[in-house]
Amino acid sequence: MRRIVVHRARGDASSSKILMLHDQSRMNRIYLNCQKPQVGINVVNIRNHFVIISTWLSFGGVILAGFGAFAAGEDATPPAVLTVAAAADLRFALDDLVKDFAEQYPAAKINVTYGSSGNFFAQFQNGAPFDLFFSADIEYPRKLAESGLGADNVFLYAIGCIVVWVPKDSPVAVDKLGIKALLEPSIHKIAVANPEHAPYGRAAVAALRALNVYDQVASRLVYGENIAQTAQFVQSGAADAGMLALSLAVAPQMRDAGRFWKVPLDAYPRMEQGGIILKSSKNLETARAFRDFVLGDHGREVLKRYGFYLPEK
Amino acid sequence: MDWRAIELSLRLSTLTTLLLLILGLPLASWLAFSRWRWKFFVEAVVALPIILPPTVLGFYVLIAVGPHSPIGQAYMAITGRGLPFSFQGLLVASALYSLPFAVQPFTAAMSTVDRRLIEASWCLGRGWLATFFRITLPLAWPGVLTGVVLSFAHTLGEFGVVLMIGGNLSGITRTISISIYDQVQALDYGAANQTALALLLFSFLVLAITYGLQRRGIAVWPAH
Repeated sequence: MRRIVVHRARGDASSSKILMLHDQSRMNRIYLNCQKPQVGINVVNIRNHFVIISTWLSFGGVILAGFGAFAAGEDATPPAVLTVAAAADLRFALDDLVKDFAEQYPAAKINVTYGSSGNFFAQFQNGAPFDLFFSADIEYPRKLAESGLGADNVFLYAIGCIVVWVPKDSPVAVDKLGIKALLEPSIHKIAVANPEHAPYGRAAVAALRALNVYDQVASRLVYGENIAQTAQFVQSGAADAGMLALSLAVAPQMRDAGRFWKVPLDAYPRMEQGGIILKSSKNLETARAFRDFVLGDHGREVLKRYGFYLPEK
Repeated sequence: MDWRAIELSLRLSTLTTLLLLILGLPLASWLAFSRWRWKFFVEAVVALPIILPPTVLGFYVLIAVGPHSPIGQAYMAITGRGLPFSFQGLLVASALYSLPFAVQPFTAAMSTVDRRLIEASWCLGRGWLATFFRITLPLAWPGVLTGVVLSFAHTLGEFGVVLMIGGNLSGITRTISISIYDQVQALDYGAANQTALALLLFSFLVLAITYGLQRRGIAVWPAH
């Protein structure tokens, strides 16, 4: 293969330059007189130096600000903020409890994230940085305690119940028909929480089987990612009926929007709702204070208001 | 109106775009100018996040940077914090998710630059890097701008990946799309509507201004 070597021959500093190209043997030489190419004539609208400099300055400023925010680790919550992972059925009850807690302990700030207990359990195994976990199924905190991820012991804070709920303009008389309401022809879609990872979904499916209607309604079930999304499905009318948590059904947002029927407690396994404080928490004091608040008299009263049964003290 | 979520989303989008500029331009120029016969594998990998469901991407990112992975453990050893459920983890996931939306317009624009101009610059003695910044980039800037805007807008609307790797922590990983999802679940339709509308208007404004500024059209996808 022939190799072409390029030399830049001597030229003055002006625009014209002379190149000499030769092959290996230097037998063949070519001299080229190059003019500086006129690049970017009107394409580059930013020939103006001022614009260039100010663009780079603002660019640099944004980069610095970004790295500053990145490096400062400002995403690490300051110690006074408690992060709580709570089962979705506690959506309204826990909001009230947090508000009441803030009155007693104004210095503490609590951020609650609601979701399905199974999801949180999976996240905890991947190192999710919550301080406190309120699960709708005590089995999850128990498993966390077994893997050594918990500080303090698992605590039982409530017993949950499920209801059959229909929107208020539904023709179905759910209080008279009970579970048979789900067999009505006007009920096309029944919303339940996903039994794979939501305890209320598992309870709903268990109740449907125990009351011998599961086979007839199985094809009409739609699954919500957690019990709160399930409630949203029915409340918005997307589903015609739903098996919801009692705590959601009696909440102010849902109470006037529909009617419900309490599923008999013996139709599904007892819904023991338990919680645990995480060992990785940086806020053990506040976490313990909040846990004791929820388990205390005022907390129990609020939970009772939202339809939870309470464990013996 | 969840201002923390809005601020978080904007911060995430800005930083992701910057990261993609820094990492994406070299990758794009290699894709545009390389003649390697197996280049198409790299092009396929870059284009993957377009068709991959966000949850799949989020799932694999979670496995790749989680506490049981070498990357996650190295990060934990250096900084003492985990990558999932943190803003930095979101940044990594967003950068991967928006990668093709940045790199493909960059590559398309750079491959339309006349090679003879680049070669002339080399002939005149400018090095590769100087040629890149003085000639290739200025000629390709509409495509670069398109890539920047697309990756910004795409990150702003991200949901599945953030859900998988974020943990919905207020002020840390609760971006605007998660916040809307959360508000709907809380049956707070008014707040959800407000936030969603704000996001819609902002995105529309950003896109309209950007496309208005560069009215000469440029191909978004590489024209081979």
